[in-house]
Amino acid sequence: MKARLHPNEGVIAMQFQSPLSVEDAVAFLADDQNARILSGGTDLLVRLRLGHIAPSKIVDIKKIEGMRSITREDGGFRIGAAVSGAEMNENHDLYLAWPGVVEAAGLIGSTQIQGRATIVGNLCNAGPAADSVPALVAASATARIAGPSGVRDVLVQDIPIAPGQTSLKIGELVTSIFLPAQPVNGSDAYLRFIPRTEMDIAVVGCGVSLKLDSAGTVVQARVALGAVAPTVLLVENAAEILIGTQLDDDALSALAEASSSVANPIDDKRGTIAFRKDVSGVLTCRAAKIAYSRAKGTVK
Amino acid sequence: MSQIHVKTIINGDASEFLCAADETLLDVLRDRLDLTGSKEGCASGDCGACSVTMDGRLVCACLVLGAEADGTEITTIEGMATGENLHPLQQAFLDHAALQCGICTPGFLVAAKSLLERNPDPTEEETRYWLAGNLCRCTGYDKIVRAVLDAAKIMRETA
Repeated sequence: MKARLHPNEGVIAMQFQSPLSVEDAVAFLADDQNARILSGGTDLLVRLRLGHIAPSKIVDIKKIEGMRSITREDGGFRIGAAVSGAEMNENHDLYLAWPGVVEAAGLIGSTQIQGRATIVGNLCNAGPAADSVPALVAASATARIAGPSGVRDVLVQDIPIAPGQTSLKIGELVTSIFLPAQPVNGSDAYLRFIPRTEMDIAVVGCGVSLKLDSAGTVVQARVALGAVAPTVLLVENAAEILIGTQLDDDALSALAEASSSVANPIDDKRGTIAFRKDVSGVLTCRAAKIAYSRAKGTVK
Repeated sequence: MSQIHVKTIINGDASEFLCAADETLLDVLRDRLDLTGSKEGCASGDCGACSVTMDGRLVCACLVLGAEADGTEITTIEGMATGENLHPLQQAFLDHAALQCGICTPGFLVAAKSLLERNPDPTEEETRYWLAGNLCRCTGYDKIVRAVLDAAKIMRETA
């Protein structure tokens, strides 16, 4: 082995820990406010390299039991915090139940990124344009949080509170995401607008989850928008507009209007405010149609 | 500064190394183990020049810490040829002139091998999407894609 001085040698003494239990991970995090969680590492290592962060400790959670598994629970799915997008896309049962969530996770980055990046990391980075988050919010997903005072379950939409900021307290980490049982005649969809066909950040993202009755009439609806506000937006009146309809033209134009008006985007080089508001409405309708036809396909 | 002792299997051989907590797997491969086939293009996971597989999964070695490799199995471009015999993908890249400066080539080969292990008969579209995380500033990609599809055909015929 060549003798080589690592660039940071002697400057900082960052530690690496890979605890085997959630309790140990919480202890490491609670003990040291400058510790950072490592799961897929696709954001953490970039920030580390750019010098945006200088953690005193890296806590790799991948060796903790359950972190890398997708398990059935109460008819739904519990997805460990270190499950990669590729692993989600290879789980056929998960895809059949929540195709929108799985597709949203699958849109993030290249094949190489998919092999590592996680939806929990996507959520906890609290980026406004995170692709998986609107899909999770539409799906009524919850995040399980472990911390010094125990375990709690929180709706995904309550995790991001500002760009780059979450509601997690010191010493807390998200250990899994729970996707509830997909009702019969229910399905979901996620669409995003990007200027290219791959490898880009959402200008607008939209997740829609619908449940129909046996006649094909909407009985439950949740619509969430990403990249058009500091945090993910739930389109509160979407349910009111869609329930009782079969996604006729009037319902769709009211839905588009509702989405466009709730969108509160920034103006930047990737899209003007007017464009993002307009696209919010268009994408919502398209995603709603996909979710509707998927849900209808399961009508027995 | 305390060093981390890591035990791993690289290209089928048991390997041990010491690394710092913030040292990437790419730095370990290149600077400590002299496996310089994996290239550093961007160091941010965008270009794919450092593509390796970790427990069978295609990853960017620049986005993996050396310490994370403990207990895993890594394959790199150095594990691709069998002695003097090139892998069909390597031969196809030569036959199709699918490289110019060559910096991206190891990453493309590792990524393409990973594709063909999962999908021995990919379409051109599937190939292009799978390789979207590997950037090449010389070839315009067309020769690379044709080389991969041709290698896939040869591998199917000789399987």
